[in-house]
Amino acid sequence: MDIQRLVAMANDIAAFFDAETDKVVATEGVRLHISRYWEARMRREIIAHVNAGGAGLAPTAANAIRLLKAPT
Amino acid sequence: MYAKDYHDLGTPLANGDAVTLEVDGATVTVPAGTSIMRAAALAGADIPKLCATDTLKAFGSCRVCLVEVAGRKGFPASCTTEVAAGMKVSTHSEAIDKMRRGVLELYVSEHPMGTCADSSRCEVESLAAAHGIRGSRYAAPGTARAQATPKPIDVSNPYFRFDNDSCIVCSRCVRACEDTQGTFALTIEGRGLESRVAASQQEPFLESECVSCGACVEACPTGALMEKSVLTAGLPQQAIETTCAYCGVGCSLVAEVTDGAVSRMVPNRDGRANQGHACVKGRFAYGYATHADRVTKPMIRKRITDEWREVSWDEAFTYAASEFRRIQAKYGKDSIGGITSSRCTNEETFLVQKLVRAAFGTNNVDTCARVCHSPTGYGLKHTLGESAGTQEFVSVQHADVMMVIGASPTEAHPVFASQMKKRLRAGAKLIVVDPRAIALVKSPHVEADYHLRLMPGTNVAVINALAHVVVTEGLTKEQYIADRCERDSYQKWKAFVADPGNSPEAMEKITGVPAAELRGAARLYAQGPNSAIYYGLGVTEHSQGTTMVMGIANLAMATGNLGREGVGVSPLRGQNNVQGSCDMGSFPHEFPGYRHVSDDATRAQFEAMWKVHLLNEPGLRIPNMFEAALDGSFRGMYIQGEDLAQSDPNTSHVTAALSALECLVIQDIFHNETARFAHVFLPGSSFLEKDGTFTNAERRISRVRKVIEPLAGLADWEVTARLSNALGYPMNYTHPSQIMDEIAALTPTFTGVTYEKIDRLGSIQWPCNDSAPSGTPTMHVDKFVRGKGKFYLTAYVPTNERTSSRYPLLLTTGRVLTQYNVGAQTRRTANLAWHSEDRLELHPHDAEARGIEHGDWVGVTSRAGDTVLRVEITDKVAPGVVYTTFHFPESGANLITTENSDWATNCPEYKVTAVQVVKVAQPSAWQRRRQQREQAPVG
Repeated sequence: MDIQRLVAMANDIAAFFDAETDKVVATEGVRLHISRYWEARMRREIIAHVNAGGAGLAPTAANAIRLLKAPT
Repeated sequence: MYAKDYHDLGTPLANGDAVTLEVDGATVTVPAGTSIMRAAALAGADIPKLCATDTLKAFGSCRVCLVEVAGRKGFPASCTTEVAAGMKVSTHSEAIDKMRRGVLELYVSEHPMGTCADSSRCEVESLAAAHGIRGSRYAAPGTARAQATPKPIDVSNPYFRFDNDSCIVCSRCVRACEDTQGTFALTIEGRGLESRVAASQQEPFLESECVSCGACVEACPTGALMEKSVLTAGLPQQAIETTCAYCGVGCSLVAEVTDGAVSRMVPNRDGRANQGHACVKGRFAYGYATHADRVTKPMIRKRITDEWREVSWDEAFTYAASEFRRIQAKYGKDSIGGITSSRCTNEETFLVQKLVRAAFGTNNVDTCARVCHSPTGYGLKHTLGESAGTQEFVSVQHADVMMVIGASPTEAHPVFASQMKKRLRAGAKLIVVDPRAIALVKSPHVEADYHLRLMPGTNVAVINALAHVVVTEGLTKEQYIADRCERDSYQKWKAFVADPGNSPEAMEKITGVPAAELRGAARLYAQGPNSAIYYGLGVTEHSQGTTMVMGIANLAMATGNLGREGVGVSPLRGQNNVQGSCDMGSFPHEFPGYRHVSDDATRAQFEAMWKVHLLNEPGLRIPNMFEAALDGSFRGMYIQGEDLAQSDPNTSHVTAALSALECLVIQDIFHNETARFAHVFLPGSSFLEKDGTFTNAERRISRVRKVIEPLAGLADWEVTARLSNALGYPMNYTHPSQIMDEIAALTPTFTGVTYEKIDRLGSIQWPCNDSAPSGTPTMHVDKFVRGKGKFYLTAYVPTNERTSSRYPLLLTTGRVLTQYNVGAQTRRTANLAWHSEDRLELHPHDAEARGIEHGDWVGVTSRAGDTVLRVEITDKVAPGVVYTTFHFPESGANLITTENSDWATNCPEYKVTAVQVVKVAQPSAWQRRRQQREQAPVG
């Protein structure tokens, strides 16, 4: 899938949760959202992107994706 | 004329304490405030009437309903005289009958016997005949009446005609236009014998302000206003109650059938959602169901460049199933998916998602609600605990303040708009939040107290500013919040919105809304005391659609405006069964009843019933499917009743994805834009051809009943079941009621729903279960469904779609009254008489700066693409904003919309696209290609 599209989606999610002043809560919000609503191949690809440096990802998005469990 | 077999009680229902009286010796008990006429009808003693009908307040003009009341002098009109305890009424006597004959003879001079197109249902002729009147001395040869020149019949409206010579000037039509519809298009002009009904300034109906709702036609006691279809088809032989298949109001209708075809559609006066009213679409625009364009034979082709080949149903199912299995074997189980339709029934959407989950073995199922109200589901579920509106429509009659955000009810939900206008005429206040001056801002006897004319894309800034005023001016309902909401989330939210950065003054330069107006609106809403929010796609179809829904819920909770009549948060759903398709588990992450696929207990319940292993991982959403199709990991789709190629944003991207599929199976009633990319075409069935249920915007489950046989031989639910059987996963239902039984067994909010109960109660609002056996009109009454209401922080995040020197205008989109969505249905009806093309609304200042004049063709270019539309210059839009509808495929409106989408749900941002508009001389290249294609034979 177009990784730039996935990056943009992850950043949009992070922009919502970044309203939280507690960054742990914000990061967990992004992690939970992606794990509940993103299909496995999307999660696999965004995790791989983070592992490759995560270019373009907002900090909260990148942090949340690092906490994601890789789909089996 | 009202529906066949309808018993009109003369005056509306009253709601006082019980009163007992006698009518012609029979005892009857009715609510105080009831008219003698209604009480008599209920007692089985119908009183003659001409100016009365039970949808309108009594008028007391025709003088044929006179009665005698023991102990009272004279002959009071039974329609305007209220009952009293112990009253003894006589509806017939020699004196009464003599007076009635005299009055009726006068009416017959205006409406001679035998002149009505349908004398048997003409109330004047029926009454006169019953009183032995065959003619009138007042119209005898030589009288002025007899020598009057016949007036021309107005046949301008495509659906009904007006024959002034059959009119008795009873004013029922005028009152229906005012009281029921709220348009005030009709009047009585002239005096005495010259008085006559006129539309607007004596204009033909089609050219007048008439919105063709048909309320006048139904109210007419003669054949003066009559449907043309009745004139051609003749008297109905059958009347079948069903539910409209247009917008989310879900009007209850009665389909009258003559010789196996629908001859007339009238609103069901007992319909709880529509209260006996309908609109130009539901009442008249049903002809598409039998249009010559209907596809009635299954077709297949190997490549999308091949000609279609008509085949048997069996061959079509076998081919589709073999292709899906071939693709899965080659590319993996997750390489296919399906789309359910908000136009189809609950039972049909339930079956499609079941087929995807159980027969395909994936969760790659989504629905067209993805592109309209998916943020509603997410936002309301997270804040309040349930993915649905909180009220029933009649609740609006208890509202003191209405806030309408991003919706144009008079265009998109006209029957509910009439209910709103009735309440507004009675004194309720109105706040409109919309970039456009929608009709409710100012129309006859309705004027918004505030019109917050915000720039497209700034909804969240406005809702935060409204909340800022409420919080900083001490207008919150602290006890309500303490009792019903999460304390921590409230405190956090309160501090967030109180930040000066969210003040109306700070937001004014972003939103364009003057701070003083916004403050006034916030105070009005907060102080209601009953304030209700109604919103539409102008809220959801944004990159912050979900944030805005949450912001609305926050505001309603903070002001205590949830959990009783007259308040609430009500999404106005676009299509007839958006609510239902979402309820039925059409989203890739959840089963019916909004339960996540990762929930082990829920999954176990479905696995036990469906006897199959189910995945605990969310599947692909529609836009994700497109992305996966383009990268080659998604190769097959089954689409029931949705035209992705026309309705989804960034058409070029969508069609590239569809072209990449190896097997696209389309199930539709017409050969739509998406079918150009299909390999299998399965003919669909219209709402007239099947049984089932729709769930409207109030969570009201209503029956859809088969009126005619399916044109292609199978109802949509049968098609899905047979496709599933071909895939090797058996579905052996023999009637949709069995599917509803399965839904009820698997869905906690539907536990008590059966066809028998819906038939008995008329309709049911879910939740319907042991706790609420008759359903739930108002949600969150004692507490929120999620337990404590949760406030979410809703920071305003500007959309990426911004104006620039290259794209200096903001395009937003919407609908018109007479067309519906992508127009597949209404474009195939006479509704084209009102709206035959999409136009671009442009402010006079922007037009002048570009040298554009009214009616010019203009090119509209965005970052995504370009198209050409004819321009309409109007100040309905603000400078810097342009607007169009999307009802005609040739307009290519979605060529210019972008892939920006809501952060939570990927609902497209249809409402904000930066564009440039220039005068042009010819259609766009895409439009020219499309024209050439349309002129070529299908294939």
